[in-house]
Amino acid sequence: MKRYSAFAIAREALNYHTGWSRAWASPEPKKRYDVVIIGAGGHGLATAYYLGKNFGITNVAVIEKGWLGGGNTGRNTTIIRSNYLQDPSAAIYEKARSLYEDLSQDINYNVMFSPRGVMMLAQTQHEIRGYQRTAHANALQGVQTEFIGPERVKELVPIIDINGPRYPVLGALWQPRGGTARHDAVAWGYARACSAMGMDIIQQCEVTGVRTENGKVAGVDTTKGAIDCDKLGVVVAGHSGVLAEKAGFRLPLESVALQALVSEPIKPCMDVVVMANTVHGYMSQSDKGEMVIGGGTDGYNNYTQRGSFHHIEETVRALIETFPMISRLKMLRQWGGIVDVTGDRSPILSKTPVEGCFINCGWGTGGFKAIPGSGWGMAELMATGHSPLTEAFSLDRFKEGRFIDESVAAGVAH
Amino acid sequence: MSTRLANQGRLIDRSKPVKFTFNGKSFTGFAGDTLASALLANDQMLVGRSFKYHRPRGIVASGAEEPNALLGLGSGDRFEPNQRATTTELFDGLESASQNHWPSLEYDIGAVNKAFARFLPAGFYYKMFIHPRPFWKHIYEPFIRQSAGLGRAPKDRDADRYEHFYAFTDILVIGGGVAGLLAAKTAAQSGAKVMVLEQTAHWGGRAPVDGGTVNGTAVADYIAILVTELEAMDNVTMRLRCMGAGVYDHGYALGYERVTDHAPSLEGPRHRLWRIRAKQIITATGAIERPLSFAGNDVPGVMLAAAMRDYAVNYGVTPGDKVIVATNNDDAYRTAICLKEMGVDVLRILDARDTGGGELMEQARELGIRIDCGRAIGKVSGGKRVKKVAICAQAGTGAALEEISCDAVAMSGGWSPVVHLWSHCGGKLTWDDSLSQFRPDPNRPPTGADGQGFVVPAGTANGEMHLGEIVSDAVAAGKKATQDAGFKAKRTAAPRGVDTAYAPMEPVWLMPRNAEMELRTKTWLDYQNDVKVSDVQLAAREGYESVEHTKRYTTLGMATDQGKLSNINGLATLANALDAKIPQVGTTTFRPPYTPISMGSIGGEARGEVFQPIRRTPMHDWNEAHGADWEPVGQWRRPYAYVRDGETVHDAVMRETRNVREAVGILDASTLGKIVVKGPDAGRFLDMMYTNMMSNLKPGKCRYGLMCSENGFLIDDGVVARIDDDTWFCHTTTGGAERIHAHMEEWLQTEWWDWKVYVANVTEQFAQIAVVGPKARAVLEKLGGMDVGKDDLPFMEWRDGILGGFDVRIYRISFSGELSYEIAVSASQGQALWNALRSAGDGFGMMPYGTETLHILRAEKGFIMIGDESDGTVIPQDLGLNWAISKKKEDFLGKRAQQRSHMTDPTRWKLVGLETTDGSVLPDGAYAVGEGVNANGQRNMVGRVTSTYYSPNLNKGIAMGLVLNGPDRMGEVLEFPGTDGKIYTATIVDPVFYDKDGEKQNV
Ligand SMILES: Cc1cc2nc3c(=O)[nH]c(=O)nc-3n(C[C@H](O)[C@H](O)[C@H](O)COP(=O)(O)OP(=O)(O)OC[C@H]3O[C@@H](n4cnc5c(N)ncnc54)[C@H](O)[C@@H]3O)c2cc1C
Repeated sequence: MKRYSAFAIAREALNYHTGWSRAWASPEPKKRYDVVIIGAGGHGLATAYYLGKNFGITNVAVIEKGWLGGGNTGRNTTIIRSNYLQDPSAAIYEKARSLYEDLSQDINYNVMFSPRGVMMLAQTQHEIRGYQRTAHANALQGVQTEFIGPERVKELVPIIDINGPRYPVLGALWQPRGGTARHDAVAWGYARACSAMGMDIIQQCEVTGVRTENGKVAGVDTTKGAIDCDKLGVVVAGHSGVLAEKAGFRLPLESVALQALVSEPIKPCMDVVVMANTVHGYMSQSDKGEMVIGGGTDGYNNYTQRGSFHHIEETVRALIETFPMISRLKMLRQWGGIVDVTGDRSPILSKTPVEGCFINCGWGTGGFKAIPGSGWGMAELMATGHSPLTEAFSLDRFKEGRFIDESVAAGVAH
Repeated sequence: MSTRLANQGRLIDRSKPVKFTFNGKSFTGFAGDTLASALLANDQMLVGRSFKYHRPRGIVASGAEEPNALLGLGSGDRFEPNQRATTTELFDGLESASQNHWPSLEYDIGAVNKAFARFLPAGFYYKMFIHPRPFWKHIYEPFIRQSAGLGRAPKDRDADRYEHFYAFTDILVIGGGVAGLLAAKTAAQSGAKVMVLEQTAHWGGRAPVDGGTVNGTAVADYIAILVTELEAMDNVTMRLRCMGAGVYDHGYALGYERVTDHAPSLEGPRHRLWRIRAKQIITATGAIERPLSFAGNDVPGVMLAAAMRDYAVNYGVTPGDKVIVATNNDDAYRTAICLKEMGVDVLRILDARDTGGGELMEQARELGIRIDCGRAIGKVSGGKRVKKVAICAQAGTGAALEEISCDAVAMSGGWSPVVHLWSHCGGKLTWDDSLSQFRPDPNRPPTGADGQGFVVPAGTANGEMHLGEIVSDAVAAGKKATQDAGFKAKRTAAPRGVDTAYAPMEPVWLMPRNAEMELRTKTWLDYQNDVKVSDVQLAAREGYESVEHTKRYTTLGMATDQGKLSNINGLATLANALDAKIPQVGTTTFRPPYTPISMGSIGGEARGEVFQPIRRTPMHDWNEAHGADWEPVGQWRRPYAYVRDGETVHDAVMRETRNVREAVGILDASTLGKIVVKGPDAGRFLDMMYTNMMSNLKPGKCRYGLMCSENGFLIDDGVVARIDDDTWFCHTTTGGAERIHAHMEEWLQTEWWDWKVYVANVTEQFAQIAVVGPKARAVLEKLGGMDVGKDDLPFMEWRDGILGGFDVRIYRISFSGELSYEIAVSASQGQALWNALRSAGDGFGMMPYGTETLHILRAEKGFIMIGDESDGTVIPQDLGLNWAISKKKEDFLGKRAQQRSHMTDPTRWKLVGLETTDGSVLPDGAYAVGEGVNANGQRNMVGRVTSTYYSPNLNKGIAMGLVLNGPDRMGEVLEFPGTDGKIYTATIVDPVFYDKDGEKQNV
C-alpha cells in the first residue's frame, strides 16, 4: 500500500496521478475465513480493522451487498459527540471520540475529524435541568462538557437567534471536542487499512443465509457462493432484523427512515454543530459550505430509504426559527436512511443465541460517532468473548430490564 | 462580442428598458429578459468562479440546468446567494453580484493556476493534511472552508413571507411544454381534475424555439391555442413559475411557485409551496442537452448549442460574433442555421460523425456554412473568454489540424430526458442505445399503495425526440393517466406533428476519442465543482468503482445543479475507464428537489410568534398582565412566578411559596391534562392503564394513579375521579395530556379494539383553578353556594355544585400538603371564576402563584414530579410508590416488565431526601460518588439529585434524589462533586420535609 502524504501527491503529480494503486483490493471470496463480518458500513469495517490491529486476526472477510459505506455510514450527518448521560453510553462514545482524534494518522487516511464543538441548546427549564445533570455525569465519566449561558451560545454561533419569540435560548450543553468527520472517508479509510492487512472486502455480494451446525455458526450463503467461518459478526444496521431471522433469532428493534438534507453551499458562517431538541432539528456546516440538517424519524416502519416530506418541513421550520438567516438559503437535496431503533434506543453489541455469531446493531439515528469505539469493543468481544465497552449492551438486557435509555437526556439522538 | 441583435427576441419587449446592476455596474436590459440574457446582451461573459480552482465561469445553459451563472441577488434582509441567472427574470432595480472570488471577479487571488492544479486531483484532501494532527482543525480546514462555499451567507431575518397551498387533483402534469399541455388537454377532456405546473414564465417549452408544425399550424401558434383551450376549462388549474419539485409516496407532489421573485413590488408571498395529492402524475419535463468533453470546454463563451439558440430566438442575443459549432447529432445544426439567418458568422460546424448529419446538414450547407465531418475540438483557448479553437480529428489523440479564432463555441453531445421526478419515488430507467440515453422504463414505474404505477412520463421526458412522436406520446400518456385515475378517456386521434428528420446521433464521450492526458486534465465534466475526465479516471483506478463512490470521491454531480449537465458524461467516462457498459455502471440516486427550493418556502407561514401555536388558558391574558414570568411547557405557557415591581423572579417565588403555607394562594391549573374515559369497559380499561385499581373507585371519590409503559417505567401520574357508573375523569401532567391520550387510543385501537370504551381529551374544555392554603376554605365559603367543610367535602373526593353562581366541580385534592381545592369550570367561565375567587380572597391575603412555587411546595412534602423524579428509567418501586401498585390485579401495563430480574433487584437507586450539611442548595443534576472507578475508568456513582430547591418555609436547601439502597442508609453523608469544582456534602434523610403527618391537609 502506498502511504498517503503531501509528498506522495507531489511525486504522483509528475505523471498525472497514473501511479496510484487501488485503495482496497476487490477479490473473489475464499472458501473459508476465521471471521466473516456481514456489512461493510463503518461499524463492520471498524470491527474488522481492530480485529486485525488489536488481536492479529486478519483472515477476515467483510461482505457487503452493495458498495462499501453505502448504508447509513454514507448518509448520515456526521455529528460526533460523547456527551451521553448513562455510563455505558458515555464510555463507548467517548472511546470512539478519542479514537477519532487520531484516526487519520492511525489509518493514514484523512477522515477530516473536526473537533469544532457540539452544542445542545436548552430552550425549556426542563432541558436546562437535564443538561446540567448530563454535565455533572460527564465530569465523572471523563467526558469534557460544560453548561453555558445564552451569551456564550451567541458568541460561539453568531447566526443564532437567542431571543426567538417562541423558544428563547436559555443555555446549552457544550462539548468543545465534539465535532464532525467526513463519513465516506471513515468507511474508505478503514477499508483501505483492512485491505492492507490482507483482509478481503467483498462488495456486491449479499448474504442470503446463515448456516449453523449444532447451534454453532458454520458459515454464510451469499450471492457469490457459500463461505465458511468460525465466527460471524452481523453488522448490517437497518437490515439486522432480516439477517437475525436468517440466523434463527429475533431482535427487539424496528427499522424506520431517518432523513437529512443539505442547503446549497455558502461561505463559512457557523463553526460549531448546534442541536436544538425542543424545536427538533440540528445543523452544522460542512467543509464544502453546505448547511447539513437533520431531524426526526418517520413514524412508521419501512425499508425504502426515502422519507415523507412533512418531517423535512418540521425540521426546516424549527431551524429557521433558530437560525433566521437560513430562510433565504435553498434546500439542495434531501435523502433518507433506514435506521434500526431498539426499545431503549441504545445499541446492541452482543453474543447471540447462535454460538460464534455476534451482532452489532441498533445504532439507530446516532451511530456514526461511535464507529471506532464500537469496532474496538466489538473486536474485543469477538476475539475474547468479553469487552467492558460492550458488556452493558448485551441482548440480555431486554430480558432483564436493564435498559440504557438515553432519551432521558435528549429528544434528538444523533 | 456578446451582443443584442437588431431584431428577434420573441419574449422581450424592446419598448420597455429595464435597469439593473451587476457587481455595482449599471446595465440595461428589456422587459422579458432573464438576468442571463441581459448579462449576455451587455457582453458580460464572465459571471462567476468555480468551486475548487476558482476558474472563470460563463453562462453555459439557458434554464434550470445552469451550473455556472450563480449570483447573489438583492441586499440586506432580501439578499439571496446562489441564484441562477438563467432562471431569474429581470426587473427594474435588480441587484446582482458574482460569487466566490477575492478581491474581484476579474482578478481572483484564489484562482489555482494550471501548474498547481496538478497537485489537487480528485480526493487530494483524503491523502494530505494528515500530519501534524492539530493542523487539520486549525489551519487546513479553515483554509478549505474559506475557499469553498460559493455565495455569501445571508445575515438577516428574511423580510419576505412564504405560504403553503394544498391541492387535490386527479391528474398532475409537471411541465408545460407541448407534451405537457397536450397530455393535460387529453386528460381534462375526460372531466378529470387536472393541474399543470410550468417552472418558467412561459408555456410551450422548447417547441416555439425549435419549430415544426402540428396539424399544419406552426407549433408556437398551436401552443397558444392549447393554452387558451385549457384556460377555458373549469376542471383545469394552470400555474406558471411553478416547478414540480418532488414526487413522494402515495401520489404526493410538491410544487414550488415563485410568486413575486420576478416582480418584488407585487403583493403576496415570495414563494408558495404547493402540497399536492394526485391520483396520477404526468412528467412532461423535457430533456437537457449534454456538453461535449473537450479540453477547455469550460472557458466562458462555450455554451450548449440549444441554449445559444434560446438566447437568439427568445431574447435576440448572441454570445459571439464568430461562432463554432461542435456536435455529435443533428440538433445543433438548428443553432448554426438560426444564428446564420440572424446574421451571425458561423465559422464552422465540427461534426464528430464521419458521415455527418441529415437534412439539417444540407440546409446549413445551403446557407454557406462550412461543415467538417469526423472532426472535433482539440482544445479551446482563452482565459476569461473564448479566443480560438484547435481542430483535430475525432478519431485521434488531439493533434491540432488547424486553429481558428472565434469568440463563442456551441456544443451538443445529445440529449438526456429529465427523469428526476419519475425517479424520485422509485421509477426505474432503461438505457436507449440509439439515442445513448437513460429514459423511463415503462415496466418499472413508481408504484402506489395498490402496486400500480402512478407516474406516466410524456414526450421528450420519455425519450421522444421528434415533434410527431412527442405529440402522439403526450396524447397516449394523457389517456393512460386518465384511465389509471379512474376516468374514461375520450376517443380522440392524436394530432400530427411534423419537423425535420434527424440522422442518427453518435455517442461521443470524449473529444477527441483518445485524447492524451494533457488534454484530459483540462476536459471538464462538472463545471461548478471542477471535476475533470482525469479525475473520474483516477477514481476508477483507485478502486472507487461504484458510481456512488466515484461521485463522492470526485464530487462529480454534487454541485448545486446536482449533475444535470455532468452526470451522464461522468458515467460514460467511468464506464469507459472500467471497460463496462454505461447501464452496468448505472446512475446515482435522483433525490428531491428537482432544483433547489428556498428554506423559507418549506417553513411556510410558521415562523416567529406563529412558529408553533401558543396554547392559552382562559386566564392567560390576566397572567400576562400580572407579571407572569413565562415558562414554556409543551405548547402552553405557564407563569413561573408572578413578579411584582421591584422584585426579582427569585424574590417572587419565595414570597409566593411562603404565602401559600401561611395564607392562601391561587394557581391557574388549567393546563393539567383532562381525559374522560367512558363506557361499560372503562373500569377494566383503566385497571390496565394504571398500576392501581381504578374499577373499584366509588363515584364521588378520587384516587392518585400511576401509569407505566409496557417496559414498566413510570410515564405519568395524576388524580382520577369516578364520575358515575361508567365514567372516569383522568388528570394527567401538563406535558402528558396528548401523549397519554394517544397512548390510551393506541391500546384501544390496536389491542383492545373490542372493549366498549371511549376516551376524549377535554383538557381545553375546562379551566381549573387551585385554591391552596390554610385559608382556602374561608375563601370558598365567602363565595358561597357549596358546602366545602371537612365532612361535606372530605379529602380525595369531588362534588358538583354552584359556587358563587358558577357551575363548578370541586376536587379536594392537594399537591402541596395544604388544604386545597381544585375547581373546574367550563373554559368560558374560567376568567370570571378566577376574578370572583380573587375578590373573595382579598381579605385573606390571597396571591397567585406560579410553577416554581408549585414545585417547591411539592418537594417540601416529598411528592414526586414526573420528569424530575422519573425520567423514563425509573419504576414506581424506586420511588417508594409500592402502595400505588395493585397486588390484586392480574395484569396492568408494566406488570410483567416489573418482574424482570433487574427490576426486582433489591440493590437499586431509590428515592430519598437530601439535605446539605451546611444548609446550602445542592446543584441540579449532581451525582453522588462512591469509591473507585468502573471497568471503563469512570468514577463509580451511587446516586443523583432529582429535584433541588431553597425552601423559604424551612429556610434551607432541600432536595430529593435517587440513591443506591437509599432508604436503608438514612443519616449517611454523600459527596456530590459540582461542575463548579466544589464538592457538596449532603445527608440522606426522609423525603418528606414538611408536615410529616399531613396535619395541614386534613383539616
Ligand atoms: C439521515 C441520517 C443521519 C444520521 N446522522 C447521524 C449523526 O449525525 N451522527 C451519528 O453519530 N449518527 C448519525 N446517523 C446514524 C449512523 O449513520 C448509523 O448509526 C451508522 O452509520 C451505522 O453504521 P453501520 O455500519 O452500523 O451501518 P450501515 O452503514 O448502514 O452499514 C450496514 C451495511 O450492511 C449492508 N448489508 C445489509 N444487509 C446485508 C446482507 N444481507 N449482506 C451483506 N451486506 C448487507 C448494507 O448494505 C450496509 O452497507 C444518521 C443516520 C441517518 C440515516
